[in-house]
Amino acid sequence: MRYLPLAQADREAMLATIGAPDIDALFIDVPESARLGGPIAGLPNHSPEMLVERELAAMAGKNLTAGTVPFFVGAGAYKHHVPASVDHIIQRGEFLTAYTPYQPEIAQGTLQVLFEFQTQVARLTGMEVANASMYDGSTAMTEAVFMARRVTRRKKAIVSGGVHPHYVAVLNTLTRFTDDEVLTHTPSLTSGTPGDDMTTLIAAIDTETSCVVVQNPNIFGHVADLTPLAEAAHAAGALLIVVVTEVISLGAVKSPGEMGADIVVGEGQSIGNGLNFGGPYLGLFACRDKHVRQMPGRLCGETVDADGKRGFVLTLSTREQHIRREKATSNICTNSGLCALAFSVHMTLLGEKGLRQLAAINHARAVQLAERLARIPGVELVTQRFFNEFTLKLPVEARPVIRKLADKGVLGGVSLGRLFPGVAELTHGMVVAVTETATDNDFDAFEDALDEVLA
Amino acid sequence: MSMNNIGRVTRLSGDQLPELPGGVTFTGNRALMLEEPLLFELGSTDRCGVDLQSVPEAMDRLGDLARTAPIDLPGLSEPETVRHYTRLSRQNYAIDLGIFPLGSCTMKHNPRLNEKMARLPGFADIHPLQPQATVQGALELIDRLAYWLMTLTGMPAVAMSPKAGAHGELCGMLAIRAALDARGDSRKVVLVPESAHGTNPATAAFCGFTVENIPANARGRVDVDALKARLGPDVAAVMITNPNTCGLFEPDLVDICAAVHAAGGFVYCDGANFNANVGRVRPGDLGIDAMHINLHKTFSTPHGGGGPGSGPVVFSEALAPFAPLPFVRKTREGFELVEEMQARESADHNHSFGRMVAFHGQMGMFVRALAYMMSHGADGLRQVAEDAVLNANYMLASLKDIYTAPFAETGPCMHEALFADDFLGPVGLTTLDLAKALIDEGFHPMTVYFPLVVHGAMLVEPTETESKASLDQLIGAMRSVAERMLASPNDFRTSPHLAPRRRLDETAAARKPVLGYKAA
Repeated sequence: MRYLPLAQADREAMLATIGAPDIDALFIDVPESARLGGPIAGLPNHSPEMLVERELAAMAGKNLTAGTVPFFVGAGAYKHHVPASVDHIIQRGEFLTAYTPYQPEIAQGTLQVLFEFQTQVARLTGMEVANASMYDGSTAMTEAVFMARRVTRRKKAIVSGGVHPHYVAVLNTLTRFTDDEVLTHTPSLTSGTPGDDMTTLIAAIDTETSCVVVQNPNIFGHVADLTPLAEAAHAAGALLIVVVTEVISLGAVKSPGEMGADIVVGEGQSIGNGLNFGGPYLGLFACRDKHVRQMPGRLCGETVDADGKRGFVLTLSTREQHIRREKATSNICTNSGLCALAFSVHMTLLGEKGLRQLAAINHARAVQLAERLARIPGVELVTQRFFNEFTLKLPVEARPVIRKLADKGVLGGVSLGRLFPGVAELTHGMVVAVTETATDNDFDAFEDALDEVLA
Repeated sequence: MSMNNIGRVTRLSGDQLPELPGGVTFTGNRALMLEEPLLFELGSTDRCGVDLQSVPEAMDRLGDLARTAPIDLPGLSEPETVRHYTRLSRQNYAIDLGIFPLGSCTMKHNPRLNEKMARLPGFADIHPLQPQATVQGALELIDRLAYWLMTLTGMPAVAMSPKAGAHGELCGMLAIRAALDARGDSRKVVLVPESAHGTNPATAAFCGFTVENIPANARGRVDVDALKARLGPDVAAVMITNPNTCGLFEPDLVDICAAVHAAGGFVYCDGANFNANVGRVRPGDLGIDAMHINLHKTFSTPHGGGGPGSGPVVFSEALAPFAPLPFVRKTREGFELVEEMQARESADHNHSFGRMVAFHGQMGMFVRALAYMMSHGADGLRQVAEDAVLNANYMLASLKDIYTAPFAETGPCMHEALFADDFLGPVGLTTLDLAKALIDEGFHPMTVYFPLVVHGAMLVEPTETESKASLDQLIGAMRSVAERMLASPNDFRTSPHLAPRRRLDETAAARKPVLGYKAA
């Protein structure tokens, strides 16, 4: 077996050193009722690399891949071009097969990357400090709500209807079992400003409120000025949590930090990471300096070694589970280290100049397509101020339309019916994402196909 | 000093290393050991390592919400980028370089077939919200992996979406909470052995439970009498790790599970150490109710310097209806991903506690884990457990005459061997000093100061992917280091000397945290 170096002679010599008659003697503590006589039934035996590859490739071949069709699916995960050097670097064994940097003297590579990543994320979000990453955007948002509770010592979170419904669902799952109060809102497809419920949110803020959670651009693609919301939250002693699911937008849209956010969480997949059917992704988490000791997750900090040389370590670990156990700020242990590396490499390749240009391309292409699709009879462009994603209201239910588009070889977007099951007002809505990867031919194919499906 | 036949020095001992002329190099580099500045000292905001198309003509729809202030994100050209990260990579230890005997972390070889398969566009380049008819192969893969996990554990259900081990624990404990709530039972206490991973009490507390410790007995196992005495109508669950964090199988687990069930509670098993059992013992046969499986430990997906992981959770019949959404179901038409609404209508899943993540879980890790399982098969996985346990016992047997081995007299260990630093007490050295000395020998140290039940713990988990020669080299180094530490302790108070950095000042880092780059 190719992954097992021990030869039978080694095993025998080692058993002799141990003083055990056979391997079974080492499993003596296993209760008799649980001992198995041989390999577990119902599974195949070992297989050569070539056959494993053939079988998995056959499964992969049954999927319609984004790169082979006109592709406009977004809603929290985005198809962007990832430079070849990113994947090369994350496959270096020294990064790929290292562990969490618990022995900093021989993990400076990972640690310096994390320090640089934290700096990049803080600047991108317009915040002062960022952690070394979380599982994904949705879990980062839930952790942010719990952090706001620790900071404010209040338990009521107010959540905008414009937040990704999966993110809200995750928050609802975890607060179902705590004494947190979560006030959610059902979004509406208001013409021009879908999902913008700022007036309602501001009215709901009171002295019990720990935080207001809002997404920008929101799930419908709408971009809002969050400054009035930040002011209202702060006046009541509450925090503003801003969720960003498309980080490329931060190269074009005023940052949450500039609009007064106290905590920014996001899904970092767009930079450096592929679609991967939903994971692994990269949770971003940034906040103000004054709240850093309430932050969840790992943090890398600068220090010096015994010779006075600059070096990096994991720090403030007294917040974490392995020290604090049941009093920890979070139970998180593993994060998304390698996805953070991919993000950081891609961000380094882009730099500010590249990021701004990439964001500008995304925005311009989205505007072009939105205006074309809006000319199809019966189709309304609901989102007016958007970055690279917008909502269309169709004359019919969107979910079957998207299936029919797929039959025509066009992956045209996400139906709001799938995202918000049971909300009748949204069933005609479709969210369309446009990135730098879409060509003019893709635009033509999409327009023609949608025209035909709706005809 | 010894020389070869052309007069070249072949061996130098530490005190014979020649001094560099002048003591330092101009660059600060030492041959292949290269210093690397921070990105922020190298790059500039106008430099870019990608060629992008020009921005097309279109109306600007952002208006006064456009980002105009500087972001201050430096860029580098592609060659500079590749070099920056390649240089940094060389300051890391990794499995690809040598044995990584970090106890409870299962640092085994990461097969490159896994990487190749996860990068097939059919898995890597599909969107989680594509119409389900266009991702049947992806759903089939999830279903296949679920089958392997259920079969290997002997459990009837599995939740695939948790993103890591601790997230899996959360999934298991939420299911237990939901099951208790469903029967109107408000029990609040979770019993956790003293030796548990820190994530266990942190998770239980996160779910609103009150944590109480259960003591270990003199043999390093759960004190069954103490545990049984504590059981009662207020105990919701017991969280237990098997093999436990001392690397020992809990021989009374069947009995413990029966007692907990009789008292109306549930048993959560931390599956971090499943590598000792895989293919050889099915946890379902022991009577547990839920267990997470770290695909990044037992099933060889890479640790990546701290993630991403993946932590599917297997469930007993009693907890299965409470498992999270979404899940994959096989129907006559093909595979179906059951999301929010349909689930409430489905008879087998109408008690689901809800969603734990956006989308469906760590697909990239699923592909890698399944490639690994298919490669090993049922016979190979059994051999995995056997070789992992054999390697750990070989380490234990080869070191226990010098190293304090707290439970060696109670019988064999499982996949990891536990030592303590009592033997260093007389010379005033500690586990930390020994770990740092091993760094100079070219090894990543074992897990140190965990589990907490042993003073100065050293937990050695070699895994099955180490050869006997590799183990013999580590054993030789550990014996030599221990002997030298006892003979001349003062040489070891400031190790390491040869790593890219000497000991780092962690106290200063925490006292005045510098968590991002700020220009001087």
